[in-house]
Amino acid sequence: MEQNKKTFSIKGMHCASCVGIIEGSLKKVDGVSEVIVNLATEKATIVYDGTKVTDEKLSSAVSNVGYQALINEEIKTEDEEQKEKQKELRSLRTKVIISLILGGLILWGAFPGLMKTAPMILQNFWVQLLLATPVQFWAGFAFYRAAISAIKHRTANMDTLVVIGTTVAYGYSVFVTIFPQIVTKIGIEPMPYFDTTAIIIGLILLGRYFEAKAKAGTSEAIKKLIGLQAKTARVLRDNKEIDIPINEVIIGDIIRVRPGEKIPVDGIIVLGESSIDESMITGESMPIDKTSGDTVVGATMNKTGTFTFKATKIGQETMLAQIIKLVQEAQGSKAPIQRLADLVSSYFVPVVIMLAILTFAIWYIFGPTPTLLFAILNTVAVLIIACPCAMGLATPTAIMVGTGKGAEHGILIKDAESLEIAHKINTIIFDKTGTLTKGKPEVTDIIPIDKSVSSDELLKLAGSIEQGSEHSLAEAIVKEAENKKLVLSKVEKFQAIPGHGVEGIIGGKRIVFGNKRLMDKENININNALNEISEMENNGKTVMMIGTNNKLVGLIAVADIIKESAQEGLIALQKLGIEVVMITGDNQRTAKAIGQKLGITRILAEVLPDQKEIEVRKIQAEGKVVAMVGDGINDAPALAAADVGIAMGTGTDVAIEAADITLINKDLRSVAAAIVLSKKTMRTIRLNLFWAFGYNVILIPVAMGALYPLFHILLSPIFASVAMATSSISVVGNSLLLKKKKIV
Amino acid sequence: MNIDQTIVTIVSLLGIGFTYWFFLAKKDNKVKVSGSVDIIVDGGYSPEVISIPKGKTTQITFLRKDPTACLEEVILGDFKIKRQLPLNKRVTIDISPTKIGEFTYSCSMGMYHGKIIVE
Repeated sequence: MEQNKKTFSIKGMHCASCVGIIEGSLKKVDGVSEVIVNLATEKATIVYDGTKVTDEKLSSAVSNVGYQALINEEIKTEDEEQKEKQKELRSLRTKVIISLILGGLILWGAFPGLMKTAPMILQNFWVQLLLATPVQFWAGFAFYRAAISAIKHRTANMDTLVVIGTTVAYGYSVFVTIFPQIVTKIGIEPMPYFDTTAIIIGLILLGRYFEAKAKAGTSEAIKKLIGLQAKTARVLRDNKEIDIPINEVIIGDIIRVRPGEKIPVDGIIVLGESSIDESMITGESMPIDKTSGDTVVGATMNKTGTFTFKATKIGQETMLAQIIKLVQEAQGSKAPIQRLADLVSSYFVPVVIMLAILTFAIWYIFGPTPTLLFAILNTVAVLIIACPCAMGLATPTAIMVGTGKGAEHGILIKDAESLEIAHKINTIIFDKTGTLTKGKPEVTDIIPIDKSVSSDELLKLAGSIEQGSEHSLAEAIVKEAENKKLVLSKVEKFQAIPGHGVEGIIGGKRIVFGNKRLMDKENININNALNEISEMENNGKTVMMIGTNNKLVGLIAVADIIKESAQEGLIALQKLGIEVVMITGDNQRTAKAIGQKLGITRILAEVLPDQKEIEVRKIQAEGKVVAMVGDGINDAPALAAADVGIAMGTGTDVAIEAADITLINKDLRSVAAAIVLSKKTMRTIRLNLFWAFGYNVILIPVAMGALYPLFHILLSPIFASVAMATSSISVVGNSLLLKKKKIV
Repeated sequence: MNIDQTIVTIVSLLGIGFTYWFFLAKKDNKVKVSGSVDIIVDGGYSPEVISIPKGKTTQITFLRKDPTACLEEVILGDFKIKRQLPLNKRVTIDISPTKIGEFTYSCSMGMYHGKIIVE
């Protein structure tokens, strides 16, 4: 008996009872010994006897009860695809080598000057025919097949041109070989062009070989992302640790991660702490310390500690899966700049065929003698040199490399259009809270006024009385006290006085803590601290005062801290010549203070959340191309209204939906990096299109003989094939160069 | 003009006319689709033009029978879909258009074209 294990997806499951039904049905299949169906992952894992069980039996067992089994999907086919690709490439290489060797031999025997050194046998036309025929019909078979099936659909492509071109040259050469006397009679020296046909086919195949290799490089970023996925997870089930494949993890599983291991799925740390390297997802190079309650992201690397975490997102819901999906979508989208190339390429081949016919007629009628020979050679050159592929490849390859490069740096671009618009941005509006600042107030100053009290004692007092308060400023003070490991005292008769502050009794003393109004109410004189208070307020801080026994004890200032990356990020934008605007709901003074620190002069303060969108439109009305940077949750309408909406990586669906660009690294320097990336990608696309169009626009007339009347320059068909093969490789190669460009 | 030149002129003009008629003047055979459709990929897409309803999900299954490298990917740029089409394997995509209009799709090099008309 042959024991096998297999996992496959099941479509159509929606409730827990489905699990029982499918398990029951699969168990009844003769030879199946174990069945586990997982609702969350929609997968069934079975242990079975390979000699008795077939895929058909399994799939009918599942379909009999109303579901669909997807046996042998995804991973296996991807492997097969890879193998198939490799095989194709190998066979292509063989064809290239044989064609070029045979072509080379014919050339040796046929090229004026060279032929004298060649053995007599190679100079024989019949031998040349013998050598050229396999190249034409065996190596060139793919061209014929593609051209014929296209013709059936009344379409023409690259292969059509190659087929017509080489067949004309080959046919003429065969005629010359068989009927040399007829050719002589009309005044042409009987010379076949077998070398031309064989070498053209060899070179075009060589071009395709390199192109296929280079194209594989453009999709590397996605492959890298997919490769980040962990394969297994160590799950605690029934008090035992078991290693299971990642697709069997369910939400709520407790997973243990040891030092140096990859975190398998997204979740929240339950126990333990560690330093985690998230660079593969966010591009952030410094490891981040995390402890219980913190979220961890699947595919990131655990560095030092051991911890357990609860799985909260699995399968297609994980951050990595979302990123992959987003990048794939972006790579499949169309940049507006591509539309022209699309339009041209759909008319291109038929137009080239018409030009080729025209070339033949002109050379036959007006050309020098032997007119037939000139007509044929120039027609072949026109057909061979035309390269629509380069036009088709110009934009998509650059978009693929550009979006992939973005993803590597934690910059997720939603589609090609966003990438294209981003290079035109000249104004960026930053939301203040949570974008330029951390969004969580922190204690910035502790100033004892009563010199008998130390600053720690002051903080302890403030922290103790604020314990019961729910105000966001209170949270900052309590947190600071905890950070300093201060033991907070018990508070009696705690009371919040709305709009003023709080009061309570600590150690028998009545303490009041709040704003100026509270001090006035309590008749506490603050005159001796007025300088400090106004200075801190001018710096955008919120100042709170502690008083007891009708005396001011000290001041504590709280402020929303500016993010570390803000300064550098804004300088980078200014270097790019982009105007920076800050938008906030804060009052003018606070806003101005933050703006001053960051060097932002245009500030829109006291803007209600629902007004942000209107402000964005106002700036757009000035004729500016506007990007809005926000956290993506309450800014969604403003993000959507902007020409490019940039969300700071919360990873929430709302943010990704509304934003054109998501910065998962939350680093403000990435705003400038995204714009630089867009500029460089667009430059690559423009250069590609310039080459591709310029190449065809210039060289097709040259091949037709435009330079002949003045300079007597004609393009040999062999040179045409070299140019053609190089042109599409150079476009793909130029796109690949984008990988090497620096964006930060 | 000699007799042979006259013949070449006439045949060339006919050839140009024929090329235009054969490739550029063909009429799109629109296939109205509701629910799902199979598109055979073999020297092009057939049916080449399909019309689908707006606001509903249509399943399009591609089956590639042509080994030409150009056709190994299909790109529906307006729907942000790019798929590998393994030879002789069915690949199904779902699209739910929200806009009326004509959307062309193509192979990875933009050599072969198909069209989706959303009505």
